[in-house]
Amino acid sequence: MQPRFRNWHVQLALLPAWLIVVFAYLGTMVFTVRMSFTSSKGIPIMDDVGLRQYDRLFHTDRWTISVENILIFGLLFILGCLVLGFLLAVFVDRLARFENTLRTIFLYPLAMSFVVTGLVWQWILNPALGLQANVRNWGWTSFTFDWLEQGDRAIYLVAFAGIWQSCGLVMAIMLAGLRGVDQELWKAARIDGIPTWRIYLHIIIPALAPMFITATLLLATAVVRSYDIVVAMTAGGPGISSEVPAKFVIDFLFTRQNIGLATAAATVMLITVLVVLMPWLYLQYFRSAPGARRAA
Amino acid sequence: MASVSVRRLAVSFGHVKVIENLDLEVEEGEFIVLLGPSGCGKSTLLNTIAGLIDIEAGQVWISGKNVTWTEPKDRGIGMVFQSYALYPRMTVQQNLSFGLRMAGVPRAEIEARVAKAAKLLQLEDLLRRRPAELSGGQRQRVAIGRALVRNVDVFLFDEPLSNLDAKLRNELRVEIKKLHRDLGNTMIYVTHDQIEALTLADRIAVMRNGVIQQLATPQDVYHRPKNQFVAGFIGSPTMNFLTGRLILGAAGPTLDLGSVSIDLSAYGFARQSSDVPAVLGVRPEHIDLGAASPGHFAANGKVEIVEPMGADMIVWSRIADTPVRIRVDGDSAFRNGDDIAFHFDLARASLFDAQSGERL
Amino acid sequence: MSALAELGPASGAAEPAGPKPKRLTAGRLGLYAFLIIAALFFLLPFYVMVITSLKPMSEIRYGNLFGWPAAPTIAAWLKAWASACTGVTCNGIEVGFFNSMKILIPSVILSIAIGAVTGYALSFWRPRGANVLFAVLLLGAFMPYQVFLYPLVRVFSMIYLYSTLICIVIVHTIFGLPVMTLLFRNFYAGIPIDLFKAARVDGGAFWSIFLQLIIPMSTPILIVAVILQITGIWNDFLFGLVFAGRENMPMTVQLNNIVNTTTGEREYNVNMAATILTALVPLVVYFISGRWFVRGIAAGAVKG
Repeated sequence: MQPRFRNWHVQLALLPAWLIVVFAYLGTMVFTVRMSFTSSKGIPIMDDVGLRQYDRLFHTDRWTISVENILIFGLLFILGCLVLGFLLAVFVDRLARFENTLRTIFLYPLAMSFVVTGLVWQWILNPALGLQANVRNWGWTSFTFDWLEQGDRAIYLVAFAGIWQSCGLVMAIMLAGLRGVDQELWKAARIDGIPTWRIYLHIIIPALAPMFITATLLLATAVVRSYDIVVAMTAGGPGISSEVPAKFVIDFLFTRQNIGLATAAATVMLITVLVVLMPWLYLQYFRSAPGARRAA
Repeated sequence: MASVSVRRLAVSFGHVKVIENLDLEVEEGEFIVLLGPSGCGKSTLLNTIAGLIDIEAGQVWISGKNVTWTEPKDRGIGMVFQSYALYPRMTVQQNLSFGLRMAGVPRAEIEARVAKAAKLLQLEDLLRRRPAELSGGQRQRVAIGRALVRNVDVFLFDEPLSNLDAKLRNELRVEIKKLHRDLGNTMIYVTHDQIEALTLADRIAVMRNGVIQQLATPQDVYHRPKNQFVAGFIGSPTMNFLTGRLILGAAGPTLDLGSVSIDLSAYGFARQSSDVPAVLGVRPEHIDLGAASPGHFAANGKVEIVEPMGADMIVWSRIADTPVRIRVDGDSAFRNGDDIAFHFDLARASLFDAQSGERL
Repeated sequence: MSALAELGPASGAAEPAGPKPKRLTAGRLGLYAFLIIAALFFLLPFYVMVITSLKPMSEIRYGNLFGWPAAPTIAAWLKAWASACTGVTCNGIEVGFFNSMKILIPSVILSIAIGAVTGYALSFWRPRGANVLFAVLLLGAFMPYQVFLYPLVRVFSMIYLYSTLICIVIVHTIFGLPVMTLLFRNFYAGIPIDLFKAARVDGGAFWSIFLQLIIPMSTPILIVAVILQITGIWNDFLFGLVFAGRENMPMTVQLNNIVNTTTGEREYNVNMAATILTALVPLVVYFISGRWFVRGIAAGAVKG
């Protein structure tokens, strides 16, 4: 078969992917960035106001609070998931029994949506009838836990709910990683007389570094996209105290009718992600000769 | 004094008994190789000595102490693994010193020991590298170094050369042998490679199904295999086996192969039993071409296949319908169908009971 | 020298022998305690959801969150399904359920089909530009959706597809493509290239190799992909909200409207029943698939 003809089939098969990449990803990205330099309100206008939208953006409280929140949320969520997920994996691995049951329990929240997660925790944590009320009913009448209604605390609870939902993911990744650790490493360490916790700290965790990177990346992606959980749990409230960038953009695009500002915010998100992601992607996929096995 | 002593050992995984009632005495300074096919329990035995596997019954003694329940680190052993098991993301220096630091050995002492091991194993230029930056042979040298710095009496090797390519394996094999010569420690070495076993060992323990089949010097294991399993496992190409009936006639013992009868008077019997099915084992290198010498068994045959192997050549022929391999000089010229005469010395052959496989 | 002989087997009886006596160490106890507490923490919300949905409002008002329902009733479930209100309409979450199904089935099929073909072409045929395509796809997997949304809305409006079933299915296919491609590409990277070469030598062409050789070998990864897409698409909120339109509003959006639309007293039992109902499909998929779900996580997470 002639190479040209063969290639024609391959390119046809890749046509949908190319269309999606060119139009839905790159095209929209360019369009969004372009819109961020316009004064568009409810409908797009193709003028050029330079960086005025960005200037406005960073003088908008709603945005600065959003950025602050996403940093708090992101840090707590990622660290919480990594620590708890890793601990769970270690303990499940050490127990060496009931693994299926435990894994099922720790992982089921992941099967549920962020909306469901947000709503459940909203119900449990609501002060009037939830945890606080129940503990008071048990007799500790001065017990107070109303962070969901405190402007400067609500975001912590969102992070908490997020950890509950996602740390099973980290556990599953780490459990696979632990199983992949050379068993002879354990033997060598035992012969060297290294205490178990030090084996984990000095040998296992370094050996699992790729797993930690992968998990962090997946969690970070979830952080940037976090929208559903906030909408469901606090709707950005009380007031605008638990707003996040993803929600900021959606709100200004579809309800607050300020396309210029919204696309400027989206562009800031895009740039941030790119700056963080590019070095990693390069190292991970393109420096270490992709598909080296096909070199022959 | 025995350096390592295993007494009436039993090990099982779940309900599977891997080792039952095993005894092994290793002399001080001795190089013992545990040899056998995979799944024969040799690694299990080694791990038991190391204290990495809990035993079900029996005792383990090392250097005159009962260490049956002792933690691996306190047994006075160093161990080298097949996968090297180097600590990732630590430099060679850190790999060598980590255990000592954990044990609270003084800094100067650590440095001295690491330097000594590095010198002995030519690791001095590699101390700052990480395992990922080392070749397989270098990694294994580091792994040996890690055992070395522990200043212990007994070294355990668990198939240390199996992950290396043939050339490196040969080089490192010699290095291990030199190491044993220079240090004089007791070494217990697990392998499935008979060349390693024959070249390194003072004594070889050939194992199968958790049982030591024969514990003897390489010469003995090769020349006087205790049973048919050992005979077939050691030697490459493998020993020729001729199955027949042992008959103790008036003219002396013979092996009746049906069409041919082999006079066994020259064979040094360990014990005799009459009229039993028996197997005669003859190594290919013990069959010579040409006219028979006295006391040898002679036969004629046709060349069926010729396998040149460089230094020597394997010629396939037949004795009484049983295919026989004959090892001849590499520069011989044979063609399929050539008529050949060959003979072998019965004093160098081995006779086994066909049922029990035991040497007769 | 004879020290050992004296200690011989006979005198060894008093010495350690046989298996090491097992003791329940503090560490082991801590391990159990940690895992039990963790398991309770993870199960608690589900427990609260279920018991709340079985209580009448009169009991809920008492503020006994963790208490077992005194008089369990499924009234809240019936209401959640058929007559809970979102603003002015009171049709329950039933509509959302069927909308989600309508969205789910074509989206799952389409996104997996395109992902599989793309992964196959990238993995085995390596055409020109494959690296660029893969790089952008990979990048797309990590980008904030906010960058893509508005232009897509404009484009769909221009071709009169905005707020239709087709629109939301296409959107799910677009944003499912990176993960699906990655999944299949990684799986195909594990198939020996010699097999593919053999098929080429035997005269196989692009589509015949794919359909007759590769797809039959892809069952495990297809299962993983189906699980991943069912849970992912069912649980989607943002795309449903933006692209599906009022007529096709998926269950998650409907659920949020029911719970967070405050007209009159909030009926927590109905809310929780609706929440469980919404979570039911992915949960059932999860419990049935078990290990496959975990495989999906691993396959999606680990690089190729």
